[in-house]
Amino acid sequence: MNTPSQRRMFLRGAAQIAMASALPAAVATSAATPPPARAPQYQPTYFTAAEWAFVNAAVDRLIPDDGNGPGGVAAGVPEFLDRQMELPYGHGAYWYMHGPFHPDAPATLGYQMRQTPRELYRLGIAIGERAAQATHGKPFAQLDAAARDAVLASMDRGQLAADGAQAAAFFALLLRNTREGYFADPQYGGNRDMGAWKAIGFPGARADFTDWIDQQGKRYPYGPVAISGGRG
Amino acid sequence: MNMKPVDAVIIGLGWTGAIMAKELTDAGLSVVVLERGPARDTSPDFEYPRIVDELKHAVRGDLWQPLARETVTVRHKPGDIAVPYRQYGSFILGTGTGGAGAHWNGQQWRASPNDLRLRSVYEERYGKKFIPADMTVQDYGISYEELEPHFDFFEKVAGVAGTAGNLRGALQAGGNPFEGARSNPFPQQAMAPILSSQLFANAARELGHQPFPVPAANSTGAYTNPYGVRMGPCNLCGFCEGFGCFMYSKASPQTTILPILRGRSNLELRHNAYVTRIVLDDSRQLATGVRYIDGDGREVEQPAAMVVVAAFQLNNVRLLLLSGIGTPYDPVTGKGTVGKNYAYQMVSSTTAFFGAKVQMNPFVGAGAAGQLAIDDFNADHFDHARHGFVGGAMVFAGATGGRPIVQMPLPPDAPRWGSGWKSAVRDHYAHSSSVATMGSVMAYRDRYLDLDPTYRDAHGLPLLRMTFDWHPNEYKMTAFTTARALDIVRAMRPERVTQHILQPGDSYDIRAYQSTHTTGGAIIGTNPSNSVLNRYSQCWDVPNVFVMGASSFPQNIGYNPTGLVAALTYFAAAKIRSTWLKSGGPLVQA
Repeated sequence: MNTPSQRRMFLRGAAQIAMASALPAAVATSAATPPPARAPQYQPTYFTAAEWAFVNAAVDRLIPDDGNGPGGVAAGVPEFLDRQMELPYGHGAYWYMHGPFHPDAPATLGYQMRQTPRELYRLGIAIGERAAQATHGKPFAQLDAAARDAVLASMDRGQLAADGAQAAAFFALLLRNTREGYFADPQYGGNRDMGAWKAIGFPGARADFTDWIDQQGKRYPYGPVAISGGRG
Repeated sequence: MNMKPVDAVIIGLGWTGAIMAKELTDAGLSVVVLERGPARDTSPDFEYPRIVDELKHAVRGDLWQPLARETVTVRHKPGDIAVPYRQYGSFILGTGTGGAGAHWNGQQWRASPNDLRLRSVYEERYGKKFIPADMTVQDYGISYEELEPHFDFFEKVAGVAGTAGNLRGALQAGGNPFEGARSNPFPQQAMAPILSSQLFANAARELGHQPFPVPAANSTGAYTNPYGVRMGPCNLCGFCEGFGCFMYSKASPQTTILPILRGRSNLELRHNAYVTRIVLDDSRQLATGVRYIDGDGREVEQPAAMVVVAAFQLNNVRLLLLSGIGTPYDPVTGKGTVGKNYAYQMVSSTTAFFGAKVQMNPFVGAGAAGQLAIDDFNADHFDHARHGFVGGAMVFAGATGGRPIVQMPLPPDAPRWGSGWKSAVRDHYAHSSSVATMGSVMAYRDRYLDLDPTYRDAHGLPLLRMTFDWHPNEYKMTAFTTARALDIVRAMRPERVTQHILQPGDSYDIRAYQSTHTTGGAIIGTNPSNSVLNRYSQCWDVPNVFVMGASSFPQNIGYNPTGLVAALTYFAAAKIRSTWLKSGGPLVQA
């Protein structure tokens, strides 16, 4: 039986191999631009190949691999997102989805569009790709980091002329779900190896601090535990 | 399908339903409880480790009422089109055994004595013109002294940990000097404050305030309540709100009342039973039972001699409207009472960012235990004359947990994504703490609940419509109380302070969580023209219908409502048992 640290080393090695072999030829990047980080081996169920490239390239900018804790792609956020699309959540089962829809209602009254999460991703990715083509003549995933940031920022601010509100709603959902995947228990496909928890010192599912009630101000010394019992 | 008649049917198995089930079965009645959600208990539903799943419980909300099936619609003012509350944000609705009382935090406050006679207090102290004309606040017509034994008893049922501030009129060191006189100390000792509370308390004392432990229905020891039900000590796991407690520490119907009801031959609990209406006879002054849809989709009629409406505040009001009980409130004429005086709370937070020198371990926390508060600026505990507003806020500090998806305090100017966001997360997650205000919201003529003309639930019934926005009184209240919080946070000497506070003109925003303390719509009052219920929570119009819960608050308070909700329930139950079961009819003559 592997010790946790052996298992971790194995996983890390596997991830590196996968990253090297899974780079599709389409993701040709200029010598000046480092390629976006890639998720290892996972095959998306909901997202098409082109959508998957967009999601990876977007998550890579929302939570970049910058040496300060894991990047979103290495943490498995794209896998988390694809799996969520296939769950009741992705199908809108958590939202009241009956019309009539009033998307022009005040923003303070919340989401009022007719799209379920998976529909909003499909719509929003298409909008993002159109913006990338219009401004740079290339698929989003082939843009350098600064250009991807610019496209994402324009979606965030709803600045795309034709579909601004939909772009902003998609971006808000993508960002929210990306943070969820980064920090959720690893069982959902993200927060791989509990890397996001380790980076901030959150002990995950330990949930027992009886001995820490009177040790305030000291750094908590134990690493995280997943709901599965795995240790980080 | 018709069921065998029973003495009483109770709608909802949250706190008030569980209390009434206990009281009415003790009195020998045959009782059926209809709970629309699933059966849930500590084991297996809240078992560790599955329960400590932030995504499942605090983000998706798997224990909450599924909005896909039923929600409310919201608009800011009469005449606007209301739109559905499609995704969780502003408030959280419970379902299933325990209701919201299974996944609350456990802050169990008493009301301040002057909260119960708010209009009289302000008119006596500040003159009749002080309360704005459109502010439809009123007295409960129940005194604090009448409720005190019930506050006291519910503290014992829930094993509340705290420090008395006023024991039979004598002020006590370390407690809340503004609380009403209590007949007994809290049944359990307060937990020692966690670091964020200590820093708050030191600063508050420096400014002359009197911090005290938040009354916590999070058990601090091995405890046996008056019903003989046992609780265990809280381990500050950091998973209270949104979660069921795996430790038997957080008071809930499951952990304090339901164990002793098991096996009672005069009690039947039916889950997945969705009540669609209270059935009235031709006189419309007598309920004959309720109609519900069972888990197999069958329509069932349950005859009963009395009906206790014990669902969540919003659902109580909706059920009265769907059943045609009482007269719906009309904001134009001010006539009618059902739906009148919907109110909410206005909250703020002031966050101290300390930098690496202070190690906060934010994940060590509980819903209430280990937290501290000051009550100087709440209710009528200070002179309002020069401030020009009604109400106030409880100011509190502590940590309910450091769950990183939702509980990630960042300065408002921190980048929302990219490397800047990652840096901010690393810099602040374990090195910050917040001081919050929980502010009262008064009732107004144009803020109310009625049935939505357009949107329907999964069974085709109209949704409840909420017409609500802030009034100037509350912007003034939050400006004043949040400024006091800011003074305290500055005295904690952080590197930086930021605030979330509503500014005049900001609309009610349903997207962000604020408070589940929605109130009113089926309010208690002194006569049928100003209220739905008399002082015993009995319907003026249909005297064998009783309505429990925060729907009975004439306006909101600056505290968590559960203590007052339960005290009003025990107060009503005592009168039902001592008088109504013998005499029937109205307990207060109109």
